[in-house]
Amino acid sequence: MRLELGRIFIKDIQFGSETKVSNGLLTVNKDELAELIKEDDRIKDVKLDIARPGEKVRIIPVKDVIEPRVKVGSKVQGFPGVTSAMHRVGLGRTNILYGAAVVTIGDIVGMQEGIVDMFGEGAKWTPFSKTFNLVVDITPEAGLEPHSHETAVRLAGLKASSYLAKCAENMEAEEVLVYEMDNVAENIKKYPDLPKILYVEMLISQGLLHDGFIYGVNSKEILPTLIHPNEELDGAVISGNCVAACDKITTYQHQNNSVIQDLYAKHGKELNFLGVVLTPELTTLEGKFRSCEMTANLAKMLGADGVIVSEEGYGNPDSDLLIICKKLEQEGIKTVLITDECSGQDGFSQPLADTTPEAVAVVSAGNVSHLVKLDPAEVILGNIAAIENISGGWHDSVQEDGRIFCELNAIIGATSEIGFHNVTTVLR
Amino acid sequence: MSERFKVVYYVNQFFGQIGGEDKASMEPEVHESTVGPALGFNGLIKDSGDVVATIICGDNYFNEHKADALEKITSIIKKYNPDVFVAGPAFNAGRYGMACGEIGKYVFEQFKIPVVTGMYKENPGVDVCRQQAIIIETGDSAAAMRKALPVMAKIVTKLVNGEELGSPSEEGYIPQGTHKTVIVDKRGSQRAVDMMLARLKGQEFETEMPMPVFDRVDPAPAVKDIRKATIALVTSGGIVPVLNPDHIESASATKFGKYDISGMDGLSPKDFKTIHGGYDPVYANEDPNRVAPLDILKQYEKDGKIGKVFENYYVTTGTGTAVANSVKFGVEIGAQLKAAGVDAVILTST
Amino acid sequence: MVKEIERYGIPIVHIATITTISTSVGANRIMPAVAIPYPVGNPKLSPAEEKAMRYELVDKALKTLETSINEQTIF
Repeated sequence: MRLELGRIFIKDIQFGSETKVSNGLLTVNKDELAELIKEDDRIKDVKLDIARPGEKVRIIPVKDVIEPRVKVGSKVQGFPGVTSAMHRVGLGRTNILYGAAVVTIGDIVGMQEGIVDMFGEGAKWTPFSKTFNLVVDITPEAGLEPHSHETAVRLAGLKASSYLAKCAENMEAEEVLVYEMDNVAENIKKYPDLPKILYVEMLISQGLLHDGFIYGVNSKEILPTLIHPNEELDGAVISGNCVAACDKITTYQHQNNSVIQDLYAKHGKELNFLGVVLTPELTTLEGKFRSCEMTANLAKMLGADGVIVSEEGYGNPDSDLLIICKKLEQEGIKTVLITDECSGQDGFSQPLADTTPEAVAVVSAGNVSHLVKLDPAEVILGNIAAIENISGGWHDSVQEDGRIFCELNAIIGATSEIGFHNVTTVLR
Repeated sequence: MSERFKVVYYVNQFFGQIGGEDKASMEPEVHESTVGPALGFNGLIKDSGDVVATIICGDNYFNEHKADALEKITSIIKKYNPDVFVAGPAFNAGRYGMACGEIGKYVFEQFKIPVVTGMYKENPGVDVCRQQAIIIETGDSAAAMRKALPVMAKIVTKLVNGEELGSPSEEGYIPQGTHKTVIVDKRGSQRAVDMMLARLKGQEFETEMPMPVFDRVDPAPAVKDIRKATIALVTSGGIVPVLNPDHIESASATKFGKYDISGMDGLSPKDFKTIHGGYDPVYANEDPNRVAPLDILKQYEKDGKIGKVFENYYVTTGTGTAVANSVKFGVEIGAQLKAAGVDAVILTST
Repeated sequence: MVKEIERYGIPIVHIATITTISTSVGANRIMPAVAIPYPVGNPKLSPAEEKAMRYELVDKALKTLETSINEQTIF
C-alpha cells in the first residue's frame, strides 16, 4: 500500500473573501465556513478566530486539534465512517495544509480540557503553539444532551478541517512524504534478518468524552484490531475524548502518529514494521483481561520480536499497559513502553498506579503533575473560568495578574504518550 | 559585588574535636569559629561565602534529647540567619548520621533553606532526610573526608546561587528519588524506537522509568475460630457520616475517619454518604452498605457466626491518594486494631 | 493500608475490583468485588436478592480469613 502525503506549507492565516492558499498564506472565508458548520441543526451559532504562533493568545478549553487535509482526485472526502461514508484510506495522494490546524473549543460536560498557549512558557509544552490555528467555538442549541453536544463539536472540527483543505486539492505540494510497504508476508520474505516490530496503540475507551473512534466505531466496542499504519496516517482513527489534556491523543496526533512515523523511517533498514494493533482500555477487569490477552495473541501470531506499546491516559489503564508487557516479556517478546507518570507535584510519588518487574524498558513522557506558571495572555479564546474544571487546574489557578498556575496535566499534548513531544523525566 | 552567603555548620563531638565516646552526651554548643571539617569547608567556599557558626553536639545527647536539641538549634539558626545549613559528613557513623538527618530535615522544613550533608549510602540517616537535604555520597570512613568536602562545597555554592543541580551521578549526591520533568532534544517516540533497537541488539540501554518494587508482607495466620472473632470493617470507598465532620477529601486524602458504629444495624443512607470523587456515587448513596457491608456483618454477629463487629469503623478516600499517606493510615489504624485485640479485618475498595 | 495492617499480624482480606493492582501492591488475601461503584452491592437485583448476595459475599470474605495461605491468593 502506498500513501503520499503532500505538504503545502502554511506560513500565515487570515480571514478574507475566498478560502484559498497563496504563497503560504491561508485565507479563510469566515461566513462560508460558519454556514457550513451551522448546517448541523444541533449547532445554534459558531465563533471563528485565528491564533498565530507568538501571539499572546490563550485557547481554553480545547477539545480536539485536527490537521486540514484533502484527498487528491477523489470524489469521497473526509473521515471514513464519520464525516463521510465508509471508504478505503491509506493509499493514493493526500494533500496537507502543513503548519495549520483546526482547534475546537468549548465546555461540554464535567471535566474539561485543555490549554493551548501560543506564547511564553505555555508554548514550550504544547506542539500546537507552533501551528497556525483556526479556532472553532460552537454554541449548542439550548437543552442539547451531552452526547449530542460532543458529537456536534467533534464533527464541526472535522468538517472545518476538510473545508479548509479543499482549496489545496490540485495544488502542487512543496514536499511529498511517501509511506509505502508491502504486506506482512512479503515484508518478512524481503527482510528476513530484520527484527519484526509491532506497534500496540492503547486507546482510552471509558465512556462519554473518554472514547476514540476507528472508522466511526467507538473504541469501547472493539476487540484489539490489526490495521495498516497508513490507515491511521490517513484518517481512520479520530479522537472523541477529553480525559487529560496532557496525554490524550488528538486527531492531529493520530494523523501524524509519531511512533508510526519513526518506525516507518527505519522500516526495511533496521527493522521490519509489522503494523499497528489498536487496543481499547476498558473499565472492567474482564474487559482488561480480554483486551490484553487478545493483544498479546496478535503479537505472537505475527511473530513479533519486539513490541512498542503506547498508553493513553493514566490510572487504571496503567494496569492494562503492564499486563500486556508482562504477557509479551514472558514469551520472550521484547517490549518498550511509552507512558507518562503521576509522580505528584513534588515528583516523589510512584509514577504508575501499578508495577511489574518485566517492564524494564520504559520511555517516560513526563510527570503530569509538574507545575508550571503561564504568563498572562492578551487574548483569551474561549472561557478562562474553565480552568477550574480541567484536570491539572484548580479554583485559584488564575492569578490576579492573569498568570495561570497549573499542572502539565492541563496543557494539550504536554506529556504525549505516543511520544509526540520531547518531554521526559530525570531522576534527581 | 553580591553579598557573601552564610553557612551554619553542624558536627558531632568527635569531629568538633571535643572528645570521643566519652563526650557523646555533650549538649549543643555554638562556636563563632570554624571547627573540624567546617574549617576545611570554609576554605573551599572562601570566594563567596563564610561559615558563621559551628554547632557541636554529642551524638547520644541528640538522639536522647531530640526535642531539646532541636529547640536549641532553632534559636541558633534564628540568631545567625544562614543561607544554607551544612552537617557532617557522617560517613557510616549511624548515630551521627541520624542526627545530621533529623536536624537537616527539621531545618529544611522550618526555615526553608537548602541543607547539604554527606553520608555513606548505607547510613540509616539517609532515609531520614533524603527528600529534604542533598546528601553527597561519601566513602564509609573519615578517610574519605578529603574527597567529600570539595563536593559538598561545590553543591552548596550552586544551591545558594539558585543553580539547578545536574544528575546524582554527575554531581556526586545520593538520588533524592524525585522525578524532574525536562524538555529534551529527541521526541519520545524516537527514544522508544532507539531503546527497542538497543534491546534487540543486546546493547545497553537505560529505562526512563524504573519500576517501583513493593515489599511483601508475610500472610497473617488464619483466624482459628471465626465464631469468637472480633472483625473490623475498613474502607477506602469514602463512606462517611453525612456532614463529613472530619472533612475527608474527595481525592488525594490526607486523613482517615474513625466512627463508632456499635449501636447501628448497618450504614443507613440517612446517616452516611460517599464523598469519594472517583466513582459514580448514586448507588453508594442509596445504600452505603453496598460499599462497606456493615449490615451483613451485624447480621452475622446476631446469628452467632462471628464473635462481634469491632465498635469502630475506619474510612478514607482511595483515589489519587499518595502512597505515603496510605501507608501512614495503615500503620495508625493497624496499631489501634492491634491494641484493641481485633482478630481480623475486611477492607473494601472502590 | 492493607499491608500495613497485616504487618501487625492481623489477617485482612481486600475486597477490590481491580485485583491486578491489589496483587502488584502486595495484598495477600484478595477477593474480587462486584463493581467499582458498588463492591458488595448490585443495584440491578431486588433489595432482597441484593442482601442475600451480600450475605454470600461476606461469608466468602470470612472464609478467606479462616484460610491459611503461604502466598498471595485471589479467592
